[in-house]
Amino acid sequence: MNTVAVIDYGMGNLHSVAKALEHVPGDHRVLVTSDAEQILAADRVVLPGVGAMRDCMGELKRLKLDAVVKQVAHSGRPLLGVCVGMQAMLECSAENDGVECLGLFPGTVEPFGSDLRDPLNGQHLKVPHMGWNQVDQTMPHPMWKDIMPDTRFYFVHSYYAQPAGPEPVAGSVVYGFPFVAAIARDNIFAVQFHPEKSAQAGLQLYANFVAWDGQV
Amino acid sequence: MGLAKRIIPCLDVDNGRVVKGVQFVDIRDAGDPVEVAKRYDEQGADEITFLDITASSDDRETMVHVVEEVAGQVFIPLTVGGGIRSVEDIRRMLNAGADKVGINTAAVFNPEFVREAANRFGSQCIVVAIDAKCVSDASQGSGENKRWEIFTHGGRKSTGIDAIEWAKKMVDYGAGEILLTSMDRDGTKIGFDLELTRAVSDAVSVPVIASGGVGELKHLAEGVTEGRADAVLAASIFHFGEHSIEEAKRAMAAAGVEVRL
Repeated sequence: MNTVAVIDYGMGNLHSVAKALEHVPGDHRVLVTSDAEQILAADRVVLPGVGAMRDCMGELKRLKLDAVVKQVAHSGRPLLGVCVGMQAMLECSAENDGVECLGLFPGTVEPFGSDLRDPLNGQHLKVPHMGWNQVDQTMPHPMWKDIMPDTRFYFVHSYYAQPAGPEPVAGSVVYGFPFVAAIARDNIFAVQFHPEKSAQAGLQLYANFVAWDGQV
Repeated sequence: MGLAKRIIPCLDVDNGRVVKGVQFVDIRDAGDPVEVAKRYDEQGADEITFLDITASSDDRETMVHVVEEVAGQVFIPLTVGGGIRSVEDIRRMLNAGADKVGINTAAVFNPEFVREAANRFGSQCIVVAIDAKCVSDASQGSGENKRWEIFTHGGRKSTGIDAIEWAKKMVDYGAGEILLTSMDRDGTKIGFDLELTRAVSDAVSVPVIASGGVGELKHLAEGVTEGRADAVLAASIFHFGEHSIEEAKRAMAAAGVEVRL
């Protein structure tokens, strides 16, 4: 039996992530853990995240899990980042007056700000970007298997990732302007939305993850 | 093409059981929160809200188990309101699998609680519920003088606090979303208080959920097109099998509102 480790660093919805992983078909065991050995021994690893970036990175570092995530990233084993877990994979975030992140992807995390507007009619857009929005699959990827183009996923965030170049962009979404909904490189796939809250489409994404060998 | 407006069915839960007579033709147990939530999920609900109306605080633990069970089987956002009075209450609900908690009366008695909760858990999971009632008669003026005040204890106790000012204050304190219920319209089935909804939605930077008064499908779309709500919440229109969520979404789409179908 293979294992999926959901990294437990005290930030939010990891139980929802674990429950979704348990719900999808496959011969896998889900471990919610902060134990470096267990994480490094797992066949697949998920980095979830909810809340403020300063707290997320602070806890990752305190538990010495930042180095562990980097090790997994370089191991070739599938690594999935979710929401703040994805944002943490960039170099730094503007949240909380600037936070240094994991640096797995060149680029930054920026705020929507208080003057986000709909370019079509100039109307103010609410922040957080909260609800179901359509994801454009900008790159073919095993993680998109059996998910229709422009499927809606559930988002809730006030900051967005801005990779340095277009190479890792695997999905994009429009809210005021187009930005990154998913990034990918080699064995890493990360999403801004919450697959564990995105009904069937989200469960399909987790099913794809437990079936993915980390190759593209 | 873009962000969809949300439809949120609301379930009243008393001591672990769905009350107010939810009726589905082919449901095994209409009192089972898991079964009802699953049904709404299948129909395409964008989120589900549970309102814990359990009178005794001794029985509140039951709600934690309800949330745990639902969260293990229904994979859309879950909000829990009713009886959320401390950081510890919030922590337990989030750990059980809730994505957001609704804070109502406790915010009125202690606004700092909202700030503390948002700092601790993030604004994205803090919904401030506002029960508002009109306190001036529009017929006596141009309508611009219309005022709403917030009420607590299910709309029974007046506070004298202006609803729009209160909504702005709660957002400053860290509310990530406002659940706005018109006490004048609640249960009337004549539609949302669109003036109130629009006034609050225009005044705050966060999403507003309109609630109170839905009796027909067209009311849902009006909440968005005229009330400028980001989401609409309803209970009885869905519970009694009058309309499915899917029908509601088709009606909203026909009215030009973007929805997840």
